[in-house]
Amino acid sequence: MLSPLATDGKTDVGARVIDVADLSLSFVTADGPVQALSGIDLAVERGEFISFIGPSGCGKTTLLRAIADLEAPTSGAIRVNGMSPHEARASRAYGYVFQAPALYPWRSVARNIALPLEIMGYPKADRDARVAKGLELVNLTGFGKKFPWQLSGGMQQRASIARALSFDPDLLLMDEPFGALDEIVRDKLNEQLLRLWDVTKKTVLFVTHSIPEAVFLSTRIVVMSPRPGRIHDVIACDFPRNRTLDIRETPEFLEVANRVRHGLREGHSYED
Amino acid sequence: MNARSAADLAPPALFGAGVLIVWEFVVRGFGVPFVILPAPSVIFLRLIHSIPILAADFVQTIQGVIAGYVIGCGAGVLVAILIDRSQFLQRGLLPLGNLVSALPIVGVAPIMVMWFGFDWQSKAAVVVVMTFFPMLVSAVAGLSSAGAMERDLMKTYGANYGQTLRQLRLPAALPFIFNALKINTTLAMIGAIVAEFFGTPTVGMGFRISTEVGRMSIDMVWATIVVAALTGSLFYGIVALIERRVTFWHASYRQRGA
Repeated sequence: MLSPLATDGKTDVGARVIDVADLSLSFVTADGPVQALSGIDLAVERGEFISFIGPSGCGKTTLLRAIADLEAPTSGAIRVNGMSPHEARASRAYGYVFQAPALYPWRSVARNIALPLEIMGYPKADRDARVAKGLELVNLTGFGKKFPWQLSGGMQQRASIARALSFDPDLLLMDEPFGALDEIVRDKLNEQLLRLWDVTKKTVLFVTHSIPEAVFLSTRIVVMSPRPGRIHDVIACDFPRNRTLDIRETPEFLEVANRVRHGLREGHSYED
Repeated sequence: MNARSAADLAPPALFGAGVLIVWEFVVRGFGVPFVILPAPSVIFLRLIHSIPILAADFVQTIQGVIAGYVIGCGAGVLVAILIDRSQFLQRGLLPLGNLVSALPIVGVAPIMVMWFGFDWQSKAAVVVVMTFFPMLVSAVAGLSSAGAMERDLMKTYGANYGQTLRQLRLPAALPFIFNALKINTTLAMIGAIVAEFFGTPTVGMGFRISTEVGRMSIDMVWATIVVAALTGSLFYGIVALIERRVTFWHASYRQRGA
């Protein structure tokens, strides 16, 4: 179940959502090409919660963006639900949550959540029902008519999660969604996100800088190292799906957190 | 809200009244010659007694202003959208735009009169030339002002070019477009009035100023200036009011918890 780096080349496994094989990606910059990702192999099963953790420049965001077809790999293959990332994006296979809420200030919160539905051509009645459900899902019922700039940062990010979930994609890609929020709001949103994941049975790929956040949320943690971005280790995290914040005090939790910390240390080079 | 706008209006009203009083006393006290500077009271009387002429001038001139403004600004936005996808067209057209903006209006106006005749159509043409490029440059900048993350968001929805334009890039461009709309109100007034110096049917604010200067009726020149100033301010005010309504979400207007 938790076998890491399964890369037998077969993509016909029923519950396989993401399959990344020997992926490399380099950016062309003014100073010549920069190798952002090198030799990435990763397989994700349906319903998993995978966290990517590593120092800045380890390519974790780039990997997420490549899966989302927002960056083009230099070599290697990515399959999302058995499709190419481009086909997956065109068939609206995933919802993406960015580092900032990126809500449109001229739209009310409700209309922001309805934005993907409008673009995908959902009828009005269906849109309204989904928006109401989305607001409820992230505890924002009653705030639909407000504008994003009238809400706190945490509420804005919750609205952006509701927006990503509004069209009910099976896959949720989250790029440090809570990075800009303070610790207490972050804990709360982590707990809500975990409930949401448990209830909706979605597959989540989650980029983070925070070890406790990664250990608390994930079924597996992918530790990455920089220059070039590689997968250093994949750590299983077998806590029950309905875990609560209390588990962070348990020795098992601290042990996994320590393994992640060691992994990060080993992968980090001090040469520069 | 009403009490607040009254409070906002009080300082400029008081200040303006003060200037008029000082003006009146200086002109009378020092015996300033009429052709140099008539007293405000004289200008006011002239204005009251010349309302039919001034109204006809206003109607004549405002046609050129409005027609030219609408066509110039509208074409500016449309062309910005058309060249949006082509770096080549943008690189070619924008420097040309700067060149045309730098053309002296006293050179353009007589040519437009020759092309489009004496009536308001030639004034509208001058206004089009003056307003088109400021709008084009602003709209092009506005269309590229949407953030990378907001654009990526549209990509993740598989949104096409038209959807991204309508739902993201045009709304994001609105503050830029309104800036040009405001600047262009002044340019349109100046363009239409100056263009009338170069030939009109015997009516219009520019025509009035140029002929009354020749006849030394300086009070009539000032009365026309007053009408032009009021018209220009009102024009600007209306556009600014619409801007507030349409871009209420912009950081310069938003009210938290409203």
